[in-house]
Amino acid sequence: MAIASAGFRELRLDGMSRNFGTLNALKDISLTLRRGEFIALLGPSGCGKSTALNCLAGLLSLSGGAIWLDEKRIDTLKPEERGFGMVFQNYALFPHMNVRRNVGFGLQMSGVSRPEIERRVDEALNVVRLASQGHKLPGQLSGGQQQRVAIARAIAVEPPLVLMDEPLSNLDAKLRLEMRAEIRRIHRLLGSATIYVTHDQDEALSLADRIVVLRDGEVRQVGTPQELYRRPLHADVAEFMGFRNALPGRLVRREGEEAEVDCGFAGLIRGQAVDVAGERVLVAIRASDLVPLPDGPINAEVTGLEYRGEAYYGTASEPAGAELFFRTEMPLAVGAPVRLGAPAERTLVYAAGGVG
Amino acid sequence: MSASRRPIRLALADRGIDGVTLLVLPAALFVVLLFIHPFLYGLLLSFTPKEGGWLGNYTRFFSDPYMYGTIWLTLRIALPVTLLNIALSVPVAMQVRHMKHQRLLTTILVLPITLGTVLVAEGLLNYLGPQGWLNRTLMLVGLIDRPIRLVHNYWGVFISLMITGFPFTFLLTLSMISGIDPALEQAAATLGARARHRFRHIVLPLVLPGLAVTFCLAFVDAFSVFPSAMMLGAPAGETRVISFAAAQAAFEQYDYSYASAIAMIMAAVQFGFVGLVLMARGLFYTGPADGGKG
Repeated sequence: MAIASAGFRELRLDGMSRNFGTLNALKDISLTLRRGEFIALLGPSGCGKSTALNCLAGLLSLSGGAIWLDEKRIDTLKPEERGFGMVFQNYALFPHMNVRRNVGFGLQMSGVSRPEIERRVDEALNVVRLASQGHKLPGQLSGGQQQRVAIARAIAVEPPLVLMDEPLSNLDAKLRLEMRAEIRRIHRLLGSATIYVTHDQDEALSLADRIVVLRDGEVRQVGTPQELYRRPLHADVAEFMGFRNALPGRLVRREGEEAEVDCGFAGLIRGQAVDVAGERVLVAIRASDLVPLPDGPINAEVTGLEYRGEAYYGTASEPAGAELFFRTEMPLAVGAPVRLGAPAERTLVYAAGGVG
Repeated sequence: MSASRRPIRLALADRGIDGVTLLVLPAALFVVLLFIHPFLYGLLLSFTPKEGGWLGNYTRFFSDPYMYGTIWLTLRIALPVTLLNIALSVPVAMQVRHMKHQRLLTTILVLPITLGTVLVAEGLLNYLGPQGWLNRTLMLVGLIDRPIRLVHNYWGVFISLMITGFPFTFLLTLSMISGIDPALEQAAATLGARARHRFRHIVLPLVLPGLAVTFCLAFVDAFSVFPSAMMLGAPAGETRVISFAAAQAAFEQYDYSYASAIAMIMAAVQFGFVGLVLMARGLFYTGPADGGKG
């Protein structure tokens, strides 16, 4: 395989900031990316993840801080001087050029000879499995094929870093899964360091070596997918990582990580204290971990049930009014009473008061 | 009526013809009465000369250098004005599309269109004349010793056509350039294309088809120049444009047949250029200028 990523040891973001007027879209982002690493920037819309990517690409200038590629400071360079590959959300294929010319554009701009361009375009198209579509215009391709062309165009220049801005958000669910596998395969094949922006936690979990969770322009947590899935460090990260149940309560007992919380339910809830300061806490439980248990601490009434194949997922309301999301193997009637509980090792306890 | 026969109304609706189609009628009537009828009337009139055979007017025109020369004199004004206006519009539009106060700037640039050719010509007569501000300022700062002649010659008409033609060309160009997805240029930049190459490889190919149409519209407008050629030019000499020749035939010699023939020749030249440009346009990519599925 001749297409490979150009080498660098590390890419370092050092206090990267960006303001739009009085809005601080990025606040003091510091992060080190190692060679060949796949990093996902994950966060809700408006969290600054696309801004961060555009700053890396050079499409936006920094308001503060610096970006270093090994010993070279690159944040002062124009995008055309950085040599990163970028895949845009709407693909941004050149509509008047056929697939081959799109893919070869970066090589043409860097003055590569014609036969060499042809050879490397062939290779890039083979990587994305589009070798037979080279003479079509982008408008004649399906969404998934356009996406592949966009990836081929970004990797044909053999960039040290590939930037992807929500590349799968315009595809339908089935194609999204296919392209996710494709992106993983291509990354394994080329080994190019990749920064991947997404708001979809499944994409981040399945693709990334490390996930960076952003919120309001700040890094909330950096960790492996496993760390983020099992143990989000803050309540807001937990909520974003799929802990749908967020129950306010009062900490009654704590021994090391073991915590017992009074949420006003029939019984106390036992969980793991992750980020606790003071008495007022928030208990976070995934819907898939909250199940009917004969001696569960929560007395509630089923308000809705939805069949999802592998199980039923339901909503329930507790006498004090809190809404609960739970999973059940057996169907339950709407209006029926239910006792719910979750394993203590997968019940996480955070300080109340949101972002802390 | 049998149930199997479809009502005519539905059959017509399938072809897109329904009650709303009737709204086309007033416009169609307008076109027939005010364009097609006079055009055909003039065409027939041009074949009934005062003397000679049915082609007499045309042979008369093309055997008289003073007459057929007007085609060249008009082209000599209309072509450079149109091309220069487009060449100016493109870079200005490239800048304006990113500006915050785009509307204000656009309003200023477009203002001349609201003034009309005659008012602009009057203004330029004063402004560019031997005692006008321009010459007096240039003399005051010592750039020239004697007033430069900018009116009653080729340059007077040239400048006036530039001013009245620019807003039109600019507006069309701006809308086309704004229609290009900014992500395309960003993508080109991340692929190593400098501003010059981004323009040459991305922007220009995408606006060329639109510029061709702009050229046609602006050229037809400039080719039929009349008021400014009369007021700011030398209608007996170097700005004796073809519309002036037609007007002379009609209103000085009262030879409507000959005037119609001249008008037909004028139309033929315009159609010829428009046809050539539109044919060339077909060689370029003419699809949508966005970067993929939205």
